[in-house]
Amino acid sequence: MSVSSATEVVDPVPGAGAPHLPRQPDLIQLLTPEGQRVEHPEYAIDLDDQQLRDLYRDLVLVRRWDAEATALQRQGELGIWASLLGQEAAQVGAGRALEPGDHAFPTYREHGVAWTRGVDPLHVMSLFRGVDNGGWDPVATGFNLYTVVIGAQTLHATGYAMGLQRDSAETAVLAFLGDGATSQGEVNEAMIWAASFSAPVVFFCQNNQYAISVPLERQSRVPLYQRAAGFGFPGVRVDGNDVLAVLAVTRAALAAAREGQGPTFVEAFTYRMGAHTTSDDPTRYRLASELEEWKLRDPIARVKAYLSRSGSADQDFFDAVEAEADELAARIRRGTTEMPDPPGTAMFDQVYAEQTAHLAAQQAEFEAYQASFEGGHR
Amino acid sequence: MTETLTIGKALNLGLRKAMEDDAKVVLMGEDIGRLGGVFRITDGLQKDFGEDRVVDTPLAEAGILGTAVGLAMRGYRPVCEIQFDGFVFPAYNQIVTQVAKIHARSRGKLTMPVVIRIPFGGGIGAVEHHSESPEAYFAHTPGLKVVAVSNPVDAYWGIQQAIAHPDPIVFLEPKRRYWDKAEVDTAATPDPLFASRVVRGGDDVTVLAYGPMVKTALQAAEAAAEEGRSVEVVDLRTLSPLDLDPVVESVRRTGRCVVVHEAPVTLGLGAEIAARITEACFHSLEAPVLRVGGYDTPYPPSKLEEEYLPDLDRVLDAVDRAMGF
Repeated sequence: MSVSSATEVVDPVPGAGAPHLPRQPDLIQLLTPEGQRVEHPEYAIDLDDQQLRDLYRDLVLVRRWDAEATALQRQGELGIWASLLGQEAAQVGAGRALEPGDHAFPTYREHGVAWTRGVDPLHVMSLFRGVDNGGWDPVATGFNLYTVVIGAQTLHATGYAMGLQRDSAETAVLAFLGDGATSQGEVNEAMIWAASFSAPVVFFCQNNQYAISVPLERQSRVPLYQRAAGFGFPGVRVDGNDVLAVLAVTRAALAAAREGQGPTFVEAFTYRMGAHTTSDDPTRYRLASELEEWKLRDPIARVKAYLSRSGSADQDFFDAVEAEADELAARIRRGTTEMPDPPGTAMFDQVYAEQTAHLAAQQAEFEAYQASFEGGHR
Repeated sequence: MTETLTIGKALNLGLRKAMEDDAKVVLMGEDIGRLGGVFRITDGLQKDFGEDRVVDTPLAEAGILGTAVGLAMRGYRPVCEIQFDGFVFPAYNQIVTQVAKIHARSRGKLTMPVVIRIPFGGGIGAVEHHSESPEAYFAHTPGLKVVAVSNPVDAYWGIQQAIAHPDPIVFLEPKRRYWDKAEVDTAATPDPLFASRVVRGGDDVTVLAYGPMVKTALQAAEAAAEEGRSVEVVDLRTLSPLDLDPVVESVRRTGRCVVVHEAPVTLGLGAEIAARITEACFHSLEAPVLRVGGYDTPYPPSKLEEEYLPDLDRVLDAVDRAMGF
């Protein structure tokens, strides 16, 4: 009689799968973890050396920003940080698939997408520092504000896509969500709406295997991309640690949406290498060996290996990117630590487009109360 | 031009006018298209404005509100119909965490001109969840505005004003009064949306009501007059923000105040109003501010709703108690 050990590690590698789950399908992959370019019958990508180097630069800078943010949180400069470590390829690939006129609806971890949309990292930092509940211009950047309530933004994305249809706009929407969010009713409603109205929206699910501590098998008994079939649109699973494959798959899905073919569900199969946030302790719910397995599938190492081996980049390039990362980190550090607190009256601003007399009176009371202290501030 | 209209028809005409005035107005809801809504408030609108502007949605209230948010971000003015008050709760998350907060979250870069139409209140002999008065949940939420109409004139103008307003508005319609009629002058200059209105002058007691209870309060005032009591009735009209200046003026004169609503009394609008009236009128009050409302029970089976709902007699009883202090 065989008894499975309670500590048995279920390798989430595609093809292995948890024993109780259906066999996992192969991932769409264009760059192996070892840095080998491979072809896929349905998804091709043809990037020149500069484009490849640009992707590498994105990945490195985003990871460096993330590391600096984690350090800043540890030093008390941020209230919290939601690390994207391990998910750089999924985010950069998806973000770079967007056209300028497209619109993205992130969760609260899409710093890599923010980067691709030209959002100033300091604006993202302002949210996690507690200076702002938003931080950037969602209209100018085509990158909605972070949504903290899980899955709520997928409906916003779908509604926005319905607006694009009414405007006959030739753009599309990219809705981000995580594996845990697929359990939310609102996410399921978003997919129903998107299907029923054939809305130009792509659901980009980063399956990073954990919803804080709860593993995927509590969210779904089937591979997530297969959910799409039940809603009546295509679902694809891509190696989320392969920036080329993510870029190719997301581009194709967005193109289909723009052409009026309706939604696609993209499952980017990846792994959250860090904690859920800086408040989390993943050693309580996952094994170090699992982390080690995923280190072998690092999203940046494979691009570097490919660039080196193919001669698309030399050491000077890698050094220059490192130097740029150092500069970025220094700018983020300086900008964060020097970021002023908002004035107390800021909480009253913009509650309404048309301020109410009641709230104006409350603000006046607040100001009078503050002014009653010596120095004009409590 | 003056027409005799029911509240339902006044809303229908107001919606039509709003859609004619602004091509960005989109109606969304369950059964609002071909059927014209279960109360027929949107009757004929899909036929005239098309399926893109009068959208029969899938059956999920969070979906209605969540997609309305996205449409608003894209520059549309969604008007969402919640079929019955008790069905707004699946959308509660979107309304409270998103609709109400996006303007502040974006520091004004995104506006949410979303109108959430809710037929509310009891008195129609319905099954559970069809007779609720959820206004306090929304009035408690910063970022939302809440209005309640009581008559065809306010219905006609109010829905247009709400749709044209830049902030999200929970628009409460007194479903049991949908068939009440009045003359509506569609060429008149309407009263502002966020203003209460004295609807009957009086000297002894000020009775505050909104939505379906305005009619009840007026009937009570009529009955009180026969007993020689002069009751002033104020239609609050706007529940968030409250417009209490006319109320304060009135209570300083009468010294007595009764607030009437169908919602359970505990932490209902009456509680907030009582606190504010007490602050503003403390030295004028001859009696504590009294509340007449639903009991603190789930809305009862319809055979009991006449006992549960404030009626003329319960309002008069409160007027008597106020006078007895």
